[in-house]
Amino acid sequence: MAYQYEDYDVAVIGAGHAGCEAALSCARLGLKTIMFTVSIESIALMPCNPNIGGSSKGHLVREIDALGGQMGKTIDATFIQSKMLNRSKGPAVHSLRAQADKHDYTDHMRRVVENQENLTVKQAEIVDFTTEEKDGKKRITGVVTHTGGIYPCKAAILATGVYLKARCLCGESITYTGPNGLQAANALSEALKRLGIRLVRFKTGTPARIDRRTIDFSKMEEQFGDERIVPFSFTTDPESIQKEQVSCWLTYTNEKTHQIIRDNLDRSPLYAGVIEGVGPRYCPSIEDKVVKFADKSRHQVFIEPEGNYTNEMYVGGMSSSLPEDVQFRMYRSVPGLEHAQIVRHAYAIEYDCIPAVQLKASLEFKAIDGLFSGGQFNGSSGYEEAAAQGLMAGINAAMKIKGRDPVILKRSEAYIGVLIDDLITKETHEPYRMMTSRAEYRLILRQDNADLRLTPIGHEVGLIDDERYEKLLEKEKMIREEIRRLEHTTIGGSKEVQDFLEKHGSTPLKTAVSMAELIRRPELSYETLLPLDAGRKKLPEDVIVQVDINIKYQGYIDRQMRQVEQFRKMEDKKIPEDLDYSDIKSLRTEACQKLTAIRPHSIGQASRISGVSPADISVLMIYLEQYKRKKHMKETV
Amino acid sequence: MEMDTIAAVSTGMTHSGIGKIRISGDEAIRIADKIYRSPSGKKKLADAPSHTIHYGHIFDGDQVIDEVLVLVMKAPKTYTAEDVVEIDCHGGIVVMNKILETVIRYGARPAEPGEFTKRAFLNGRIDLSQAEAVMDIIRSKNEYALDSSLRQLKGELKEKIQDIRKSIIESVAFIEASLDDPEHISMDGQDEIFREKVDRHIAELEKLLDTADSGRLIKEGIKTAIVGKPNAGKSSLLNMLSGEERAIVTDVAGTTRDVLEETVNIHGISLNIMDTAGIRDTQDVVERIGVDRSKDAIRQADLVIYVIDGAAPFDENDRAIMDMIRDKKTIILLNKSDLSQAMEKEELEKELDRPLIAVSAKFGDGLDELEDRIKDMFFNGQIDLNDQIYITNTRHKKAIMDALDSLKLVKESLDAGMPEDFYSIDFMNAYTSLGKIIGESLGEDLIDTIFSEFCMGK
Repeated sequence: MAYQYEDYDVAVIGAGHAGCEAALSCARLGLKTIMFTVSIESIALMPCNPNIGGSSKGHLVREIDALGGQMGKTIDATFIQSKMLNRSKGPAVHSLRAQADKHDYTDHMRRVVENQENLTVKQAEIVDFTTEEKDGKKRITGVVTHTGGIYPCKAAILATGVYLKARCLCGESITYTGPNGLQAANALSEALKRLGIRLVRFKTGTPARIDRRTIDFSKMEEQFGDERIVPFSFTTDPESIQKEQVSCWLTYTNEKTHQIIRDNLDRSPLYAGVIEGVGPRYCPSIEDKVVKFADKSRHQVFIEPEGNYTNEMYVGGMSSSLPEDVQFRMYRSVPGLEHAQIVRHAYAIEYDCIPAVQLKASLEFKAIDGLFSGGQFNGSSGYEEAAAQGLMAGINAAMKIKGRDPVILKRSEAYIGVLIDDLITKETHEPYRMMTSRAEYRLILRQDNADLRLTPIGHEVGLIDDERYEKLLEKEKMIREEIRRLEHTTIGGSKEVQDFLEKHGSTPLKTAVSMAELIRRPELSYETLLPLDAGRKKLPEDVIVQVDINIKYQGYIDRQMRQVEQFRKMEDKKIPEDLDYSDIKSLRTEACQKLTAIRPHSIGQASRISGVSPADISVLMIYLEQYKRKKHMKETV
Repeated sequence: MEMDTIAAVSTGMTHSGIGKIRISGDEAIRIADKIYRSPSGKKKLADAPSHTIHYGHIFDGDQVIDEVLVLVMKAPKTYTAEDVVEIDCHGGIVVMNKILETVIRYGARPAEPGEFTKRAFLNGRIDLSQAEAVMDIIRSKNEYALDSSLRQLKGELKEKIQDIRKSIIESVAFIEASLDDPEHISMDGQDEIFREKVDRHIAELEKLLDTADSGRLIKEGIKTAIVGKPNAGKSSLLNMLSGEERAIVTDVAGTTRDVLEETVNIHGISLNIMDTAGIRDTQDVVERIGVDRSKDAIRQADLVIYVIDGAAPFDENDRAIMDMIRDKKTIILLNKSDLSQAMEKEELEKELDRPLIAVSAKFGDGLDELEDRIKDMFFNGQIDLNDQIYITNTRHKKAIMDALDSLKLVKESLDAGMPEDFYSIDFMNAYTSLGKIIGESLGEDLIDTIFSEFCMGK
């Protein structure tokens, strides 16, 4: 029996990492929000690896935090080991990664969403939408539950993760469930197709979990956390999170492991052709690694704790869809795992998702007014990628309801901008993972300056309060003034100075130079130059970091800034949504088809579409100028 | 103004009396000042009033290139509504090209086909009604440029560029894989390998630039196709022109099954001759391919030399060829004047309504008349050098110079002990610049290489 519930502003479908950020941002922006999940137990679940962050993903978490999202705060409260990766490399690729206590993480996020004002959490499967036609375009007016409940809403956000028509594969055994045996959502795919949305099938996988008591750690290398822990959130006081950390462990596969895998490849659903979905190349199953990198005699295996109060250990690097009996032998062939008991077997999971080229940069469907989507449903992979999109989908649903302009982060502003632009511009053929090489302006998009880049935007949106914003302005001022001071403080070649330089392996001065000039020398830094810098005031640690990086790498940063200038000009040339590309006679057919399919929002985005040539872009620019002048003429007549 | 400074030869690369190099953009006058010298040596173009003409010389460093008149026109009343400088020189392909390259070396970028017109329109200098025409120009000029640039690229150059690019992307993929997955992939000891690699590629590219200076990056000359029925004597003609036994000459019709290429020089005019397989209706698969290639050669050619077999009757195959070459600049030869003729020359001339030259490719008779005809056609402007050849060469050089600059930055970073995430960006820029030469855009090359070469993952 259909029945109608009270009205909401926003309905969020799914309560994973994308759904939680989406729901929280809408509710925090004052919108009456409801978040649906097939199971309350699956809120912010981490069904795969037990960590948050990592190369470029750590950047995403920092950016989510700088914009006013939740993920950084929750991992700061629940991590059990923390590490800054790539410390020996440049600051742009330093990346934070924390091992989470999975249970704590889920629990913490659940408490946050349950206690969020304006937010209702509801266990129900959404199976359909109600819509109306407005100006020849479909508009979402509500969502429908499997029991027939209709929840009217102004906007809906899809964050279904890997649950749509999910099926799990473990050898010959196939179960039609989501991760961890949770209920799949089987009806929504059909409703989406009825709305004209194109779906594709992707797959991913997870390794086994092993009982800690059955592992011989003496045969493995211990991996410790950092001595000094750096928080994810800019609001977390570093002192408050210095604590005892747990270790991870490193071991390796060997020829025996590989032989077991090779002997049983015919029983792998992937190689037997049972799996239709496209899997990611960056997180290959162990059978993929053995086949594709046949010359490698061993692969790394990381044994990571799933939490403080469980004996389950995650076997990183050995995800698989081989049958249970093969898994058993395969894991036991690894040093330290000879007597391992498997708590949960590895499996592959297949699910429905969309080519995100159907979305605008605001993550709203081009063809359906008021329908947004984020997370793995958009063809991405990873908790952090999901959360980042969830946050942006939430913000933009709110902006739409409030009648404000969408928030679109540029590739030059944030990894989130790169992530979303890639998803909506390139038809990806595998789950999309963030990578530092995807960010062309990465020297500017550092994890250390995410607040400087994005907190003003978060404030403008309304997710960052005035107090935090004022603090940021103060920080900016201190950085600016200190850099100016260092550039204007000259230092001569006195004996004291020359001795100091010699001691640090630096060439002596011939003429007086600025303090900034000395900081730029690779062997020196802001910190080491303290004894020569009489006028220095005590500054906060985060200010010093910015001063040091900005001076030291100024040449590189300036060069990227100039490229960004060029890039911005193209991004700022907007293309009207209703442009009829078939009207542009001089476009090549391929370009016309691609542009019509993707409908880029700017000349910049158009230029990144494969199959659109520079000449097509020139033609498009001429056409837009003509279009503009014609419009101007009409207006002035 | 939001666009960079561009330059191109705006008169067409011919042997005509005057050549014009046009520079447009913010930096136009500054760049011109760097290479222009007035007779007194004191005048600065930057100080000159707009729309004035200045006599002087163009220098590359201390070396005079040409005596010129320079027109200085300041924005907005110019063709592009930007600052524009036009350098009128004495013409001649070599001089024009040299001036253009000097302008580029001092900071301008070679203009894309149709780019001046594009700017003129975008800056409001061309009427709205012309928009369609402007778009057509851009499209057709670009298609032509792309087509000819790839066609002219020499095989060995292409291979060299591809080798360097492959080597670069492997290094970048290694770096990026280790940045994305530092616990799986270690970069220890790679610095030295990179240093050696960068030095090697810098040397290789510098050598390529030297080659480019003598204009040998591309196949030069008037693209000339020799066509005719099998055994009409096309290969013999090529041998006669080039003076060496290059093409295989036999009495068996259909011997030349591929397109041979030869550069010959006639009165200082360089012809890039394609000897083609004989055209006839054939069932032989290999020969069929040869025939298709011949048709393709006709399409590409600036000049077609059609060899009629004077000893055989003029038949259907000849008529088919006449049809194919109808729109081309053509010289028709009646070959085998040494044998008894199947048809009178005058009679055939009347039928075809075209003049013929009687030759004997075997004995060299009629060669002088052929050469004179080619010379006349060239100096009357009936056939001209494909401008794109020089434009392509300039663009290729610019791309190589850009790649070199990027590699030198990599070297600097390596020497300064910078971490690899800094120089991998410049490495990648070099890869992108080189890609422009072989017409390859970036796409997902890097990500693809990372995944195919490195075992990443959690």
